[in-house]
Formats: sequence, structure tokens, C-alpha cells
Amino acid sequence: MFDWERILVNGLVQGGIYALLAIGFSLIFGVARMINLAHTSFYMLAAYGVYYFGQRLGLPLIVSIVLSLLITTLIGICTYKLFIERVREHQVTVLLITLALALVFQEGVVLGFGGHYLGTPSFVSGYREIVGVKVLHQHLVILGTVLAALLGMWALLSKTRLGIAIRASAQDTEVANLMGIDVPRILLITMGIATALAAVAGIVVAPTLAIEPRMWTHPLVMIMAIVVLGGLGSVKGSFIAAFVIAFVETIVVYQFPEGAYLKGSIALLVMVIILLVRPEGLFGISLEEERL
Amino acid sequence: MVNRLLRDLQGDVLAIPGRFMALVFVLLLLFLPLATKDPYILRILIFANIYVIFAVSWDLISGYTGQISFGHALFFGVAAYVAAMLNLHLGLEPWATIPIGGLAAAIAGLVVCLPALRLRGPYLSLVTLALPFILLGVVFYFSDFTGGELGVSGIARISGSRTVEYYISLTMMLVSVLIMWKLTDAKSHIVRTGIILHAIREDEIAARASGINTIRYKLMAFAVGGFFAGLAGGFYAHFMRIAGPSTLDLFLSFQAIIWAVFGGICTIYGAVVGVYILYPVVWEFLLTDFLGVSSEVRLLTFASVVVLVLLFMPEGIAVWVRDKIERTCPRCKLANAAFRHTCRACSAPLYTRRR
Repeated sequence: MFDWERILVNGLVQGGIYALLAIGFSLIFGVARMINLAHTSFYMLAAYGVYYFGQRLGLPLIVSIVLSLLITTLIGICTYKLFIERVREHQVTVLLITLALALVFQEGVVLGFGGHYLGTPSFVSGYREIVGVKVLHQHLVILGTVLAALLGMWALLSKTRLGIAIRASAQDTEVANLMGIDVPRILLITMGIATALAAVAGIVVAPTLAIEPRMWTHPLVMIMAIVVLGGLGSVKGSFIAAFVIAFVETIVVYQFPEGAYLKGSIALLVMVIILLVRPEGLFGISLEEERL
Repeated sequence: MVNRLLRDLQGDVLAIPGRFMALVFVLLLLFLPLATKDPYILRILIFANIYVIFAVSWDLISGYTGQISFGHALFFGVAAYVAAMLNLHLGLEPWATIPIGGLAAAIAGLVVCLPALRLRGPYLSLVTLALPFILLGVVFYFSDFTGGELGVSGIARISGSRTVEYYISLTMMLVSVLIMWKLTDAKSHIVRTGIILHAIREDEIAARASGINTIRYKLMAFAVGGFFAGLAGGFYAHFMRIAGPSTLDLFLSFQAIIWAVFGGICTIYGAVVGVYILYPVVWEFLLTDFLGVSSEVRLLTFASVVVLVLLFMPEGIAVWVRDKIERTCPRCKLANAAFRHTCRACSAPLYTRRR
């Protein structure tokens, strides 16, 4: 039997999380041309933040969410300012530094919280039925937040001066610089936005997952696949690809429970096949040669 | 003949500090078992030799073609499993299974190259990232045959003696690195591939416009790099006597990048330096034995060392040191020791850098 109810709900939730992560990743790649391997470790840090402030310190939910979001974003900005900005010209070095930073975060978390699985209760418990489908309230919260964050992103990018500046820098850094846009500042802001999106994803997803130090690796692989599949630098592409990959994963998990460990492999296989047919991704414009 | 060798040694090796250091280093490695037969030290150095081949082959594929591969463990894992299966089921000896494993990895390299021809830059990086994962899924799916999580165990040892294993690994490492270095040496008069690979990396379109069949050279880089990574993988399987999912791990792929970039990408010797500094010296001897860092803090310290070094030497530690001790002659482009004021060949005055 095709268990479409659970597939639909879980696919949407998972897709929303992937979309949040992938859009931030895609944004920072578009503007700074860097592959930020530490991107999902901010997602992990935010989940730990919610756990720490909510469970260990016993702060009210809203306070722990806000604190976690702010602190993670701050860490992201500081990371960029202290480590990445200095070596930005060397692309491979950036790759390596972000990877090493992700490991530093992972091990830091192991030191602080230990390597075992932690959990935090749902923000809102219970479930309700929507047209006959059981939906957990937590899943509704996730979907609502994702939707709000994505709409906010869209409004920011298309309606504000800052958004136009970000898009201009993504299209052509040098010309944007010549037009009087403070590119280093834009990069910093973009990094902040991308980290904040990852943090939001980490916060809302924290109650539904086991919080553990290595929780950043699987989403990292997946969002890299998503970003490539959607076409690098295309926000719309990342959005759609996130749901494609998420639904493939969910269908594998619910239809072939004995092959659940294959979910990553199959999703990636789908990505490889699509890329072989369309090398620039679903919605990518083939990148023109970068100016030297 | 001997005279000529001596003259070359004096003129082209001893005169240049970098090459002199490389020579001393190789001699040290060759004579090390005379000083110590401690199986622990030899074991770590054997691993270091395996990882050198692995990291250098990553440098060949990624540094020289400019296609950063995130999935280098694919070759390592394919060869490890192939070697293990051949040994276990067909009873082939290690001297046969390791090269066959290498060949299997070379074929894998050609398969990987198919997307590489269509995709560029980050797209390729991320597809290569996916391949070991897909293979890992296959390994787990056919767990009756591959042993699943536990891997294939009970493989024959290469030799009963640790010292012999050390020498085999050292010879394999030196020969592989020599071949890969020659293949990528832009100044070589014997093979042209070095200068062509450099040209492709600098500007692929210009290289194509100059009549270079870039596709052929990329295929070659992937096949050769895959082959040597496969040699490392096969040797690893026979040395560990197990081929498990860890040979396909994402972290192994990342380690190749860490080692090669830490030493200096696109230089071959950078990868060698990177492995020897990071793996035996920092990871095993300094952190584990000397400082006694507990295993929880070890990865943290390791990652911090990498971050700090790269912040101050973004082109890699070997390149940074080379720039300090060597200077290129502005006229004839020969390398000179930094303390010289004139070029050793054409006696042109060398720049004196003022800071």
C-alpha cells in the first residue's frame, strides 16, 4: 500500500528543512563563490542551543529560541570575520577551513554535551486532522516557520535595497563594487542571513530529531546535492530540488523500510542522473566563465 | 655515468634547499628500520606511506585539473573491496590483488570522469561527493556478499614481517610519487603531460584553443589518479586485513583534501609534506604520545591546528616554506637558494625582498 499520508507530511517537512538550509547555502555560494562546509554545523549548533537554554537552563521556550538564533548567527558572523574573510581569495583553502571549523564545532559540542543523543520536547504537543490526515502540531510549526522564513527571504531579496545589493554582488562582484556597493559588508550580511536560516532550521527541527554532534553531516551532503540539482545560485531551483530530494528520501523510507539506509544513496543517485541529463541543474543557468 | 649523476646531485639537488631536504627525508625513511624496529612506529609510518599515495593522487586529479573531488575515497574503497574479494574468493596473492584493485579503481576513475566531462567546478565536486555514498548504499544492500557494516575480513597479510611491509609500502610510495611528480612536472623534457595539465588548470578554454584535447588529459588524470589511490586502498586492505565501509567514508575523502591543501595544492610534494606533518607527527606522535591528549580533544586540536596554519599560510605549509628558502631567478626561472645574491646558472642578480 502506498502510504501517501505520511509520505506527504514527512516529505513536506523534510523538504522545508532542506529548503531553508539549501537556500542559505546557495545564497552564500552565489555571493561569495565559496562552498561553506560549515553551513550545517550552524544548524547543529542551533539545535544544541535550544536544548541548552530550554532543558539545561530551563528558560522559557521563546527566550531559548531567540537566544539560540541570535547566538548562532553571531557565531556565524564571527567565524566569517575571523577565519574566512582573510583567506577568501584561495577557494580551496576556504573549503578546508570551513571543513576544519565544522569539525571544531562538532568536537566542541562533544566536549560540552558528550556524544550521546539528546532530545528536547515539542514546542506544541498533540496533533490535528487536516482533511483526514494526521499532522503533528510540531510539523505544522515547522511548515509555518519554513513558509514564513522563505517568504521573508523572497521579500528581502526582491523588494529591499539590501536584497538588490545582495543579488547584484552575486551577479558580478566587481561591477557591484564599482557601483558603490560595499561588497565586504554585503558578504558579511549574507553570511549572517545564511547562518540565521540554518539556525531557524535547526531550532524548529530540534524536537523531532535526536540531537547529536554528527547531525550535520547527512544534511550537508543532502543540501549540496540539492543546491547542485537546483542549479547553483538559483534560489527557486534550490527550493524545488529540496522537495524533490526530500520526497525521494521519504518515499524510500516509507515504501521500503528494509532499505531505509539506502535513502541517501537513492536520493543522490537521482541527483546524478538528473545532472547527467541537465549538467547545469534543473533551473541553473550555465555559469559563464568567471572573470580573471 | 656516475660522474654525471654526481654532478646532477651537486648542481641540481644539493644547491636547492627544498630538494636537499627531500633527499635527506627519503634517506631518513630508508634507513629508519636500522634505528628502530618498534612495530608501533613502523605501523604508523606504513599508514603514512599509504596516505601519501592517496593524498598525492587526489592532488593529481583535483589540483591539476582544477576539479575539486569530494569523493576520493571512492577509489580507495573500490580497490580495497576488489582486492579483498579477489584474495578471499579466488585466493590471489597480494602482489596480484593490489594492482588489480588499482586497475578497478582506474576504471572507476574513468566512470567518474564521464560526468566530469559534462560538469564543471562545484557541480563536479558535488557529484563526486555523491558517488561513495551511492556505493556505500550498494555495499550495505548486498551485505551477505560484502559483510555490510563489518566489512570483509580474513584477508592475507602482505608479509609476516613488519619491516618488510614497511619497505614495500615505502617503495610503493616513492615510485608512485615519482611517477605522479614526473607526470605533472611542467619543466620535464620527457613527458609533456605536466605542462598540459598546468595549462588546463590555468585556462581550459585557452588550452583547447591551442589544440590540446583537454578531454583526453582529464581522462588520463582521473585514470592515473584513480589507479594510485586504488593501490593505496588495496595495500590498506591487505595491511589492515579488512576492507570495511570506513574505506568509503566521507571523512577519508575530506582527509585527502586536508592533507593536500595543508601542504600546498597542485605541487605533489605539498601533499607528501602535508601527510607526514599531519598524520604521524601531529596526530599520532605529538597529540597522542607526547602531549597525551585524550581522544575527545584530539580531533578538536587537530582541526584547530589546520585552521591556524592555513590562516597564516593560505597556500599551504610546504609552499610557504619553499618561498622562504628558495627564490626563482627572474631571467632563467631556475630555483635558487634564498641566501644567494646571483642566479647559480645565469648569474643574473636575484631580487632582494624588502619588507
